[in-house]
Amino acid sequence: MTDIINALVVLANFLLVPALTYGSQLALGALGVTLVYGVLRFSNFAHGETMAFGTMITIFGTWGLQSMGVSAGPLPTALLALPLGIFGAVVLSLLLDKTVYKYHRQRKASPVTFLIVSIGLMFFIGGLVRFVIGPGDQIFFDGTRFIFSARDFKKATGLDEGLALKMTQAVTIVTAILVVAAMFWFLNKTRTGKSMRAFSDNENLALLSGINPDRVVLITWILVGALATIAGSLYGLDKSFKPFSYMQLLLPIFASAIVGGVGNPLGAIAGGYVIAFSEIAVTFAYKKVVTYVTAYEPESLVQLLGTDYKIAVSFIILVIVLIVRPTGIFSGKTL
Amino acid sequence: MSFLIGENMTGGYGSADILHNCTIGVEKGEIAVIVGPNGAGKSTAMKATFGMLNLREGHVKFNGEDITHLKPEERVLKGMGFVPQTHNVFTSMSVEENLEMGAFIRTDDISDSIAQVYDLFPILKEKRKQPAGQLSGGQRQQVAVGRALMTHPQVLLLDEPTAGVSPIVMDELFDRIIEIARMGVAILMVEQNAKQALEIADKGYVLVQGANRFTDTGEALLANPDVRRSFLGG
Repeated sequence: MTDIINALVVLANFLLVPALTYGSQLALGALGVTLVYGVLRFSNFAHGETMAFGTMITIFGTWGLQSMGVSAGPLPTALLALPLGIFGAVVLSLLLDKTVYKYHRQRKASPVTFLIVSIGLMFFIGGLVRFVIGPGDQIFFDGTRFIFSARDFKKATGLDEGLALKMTQAVTIVTAILVVAAMFWFLNKTRTGKSMRAFSDNENLALLSGINPDRVVLITWILVGALATIAGSLYGLDKSFKPFSYMQLLLPIFASAIVGGVGNPLGAIAGGYVIAFSEIAVTFAYKKVVTYVTAYEPESLVQLLGTDYKIAVSFIILVIVLIVRPTGIFSGKTL
Repeated sequence: MSFLIGENMTGGYGSADILHNCTIGVEKGEIAVIVGPNGAGKSTAMKATFGMLNLREGHVKFNGEDITHLKPEERVLKGMGFVPQTHNVFTSMSVEENLEMGAFIRTDDISDSIAQVYDLFPILKEKRKQPAGQLSGGQRQQVAVGRALMTHPQVLLLDEPTAGVSPIVMDELFDRIIEIARMGVAILMVEQNAKQALEIADKGYVLVQGANRFTDTGEALLANPDVRRSFLGG
């Protein structure tokens, strides 16, 4: 019996908690992608770099606060700097919209044109971020490291295996829940949120109803900037901030949005967790679990794929979904 | 001078003209129906009065005011309502949200107007929480008309409101449309079901190739042997 519990603790510690954390980060990222797709009707490849940009500003804010001796106690100081990062990302998004996207919108450019434009902006923002903060790793986490460590857990339960919960993991999951709840409240209960859904659902009818498209676009970029910064900062706190890793995050984020049904916010969240759990479950070494359950120690690591192939998992899921159910789990296309 | 009138309208979507010197008008509390063969420019004529295509010649007057150069959204603010033939509801949004969006330009309390729409279309009250995309064709049309009514328009333009619904539902929709006209709204509609539509019409316009062929009361058009032979199937 204890063996089974030990096996479950191993799974919880190395699979469940990390996947929930990573899934929350992907979900917030995918929510931003899905909003742009739903309202502005294109796949925004620059989203990963927007995340990096917002995170960079958050890091500057964190450093500033730290140098002033401000801290959030046990919580990371970066949380206090988030509004600044969000502001930065929103300003950047609106600036790019005004200078670049607006021109194509007025010409009623095709979604493919927009997609290619967004790839260009992806390189631009990426270059800007690396130019300003450098391509290296930045660790901007502070505060308490663990809410409870593996050792605390072992001592408290008397089990052989430990379960740790890092502060960053708890912060990520709680923030994601709050942000998603606020987002759904906004989209479903407020007049502005409903007008965004209406615009996403049927642009012509929305115009006929007197919904101002410029305002919808403005609000969308504000939300996208906020979501990108929050997702990016949480990811950076949890792992570390490295500009290049945000470009690589783009694939799992798009996979999440598409698996859930692109344009559908609920789908983006579900997709985030599906991708995160699959990535981690497929690359997890089950040796310990098997040992506990069968009382026989396998020679290999019992790992389906090496962690280097993590990114391939998103790719495979993406391809399977596009072949079998192109609209995603929750049929997408509208908000 | 009619309450809403598009006079001598000539124009089209691109370079080729679809309308040729076409005149369409409607009075308050009246129902005007545009009928004619396929491709006669019926919908185009109505859309022209709503500013959805460029007129090379002619003008549109609403309540005595020249609105030829206003955008459709601006005409909504002036008191015009338009129900497109297709894609006329927000499919992913509930019936009630559709009505709320219809009243988007209003800043006052809209609950009275919603209640009014529910009185007119009781089935919508029952289905108010359901996404409009899940309703039947006839119910969807009711949502579409209800959405347009939310701004209390003085003129309501309906583009084939009975397209694709059963004859029973069609009769019911026509009854509702008569009821709306009795509230003092001017109704201009395009109809495929010419006979039934002319029966309820105060005024009928028969268009052929973008030009007026016959204009008369609905009754007179129904009695006119030329119209009967050419457009009503005998």
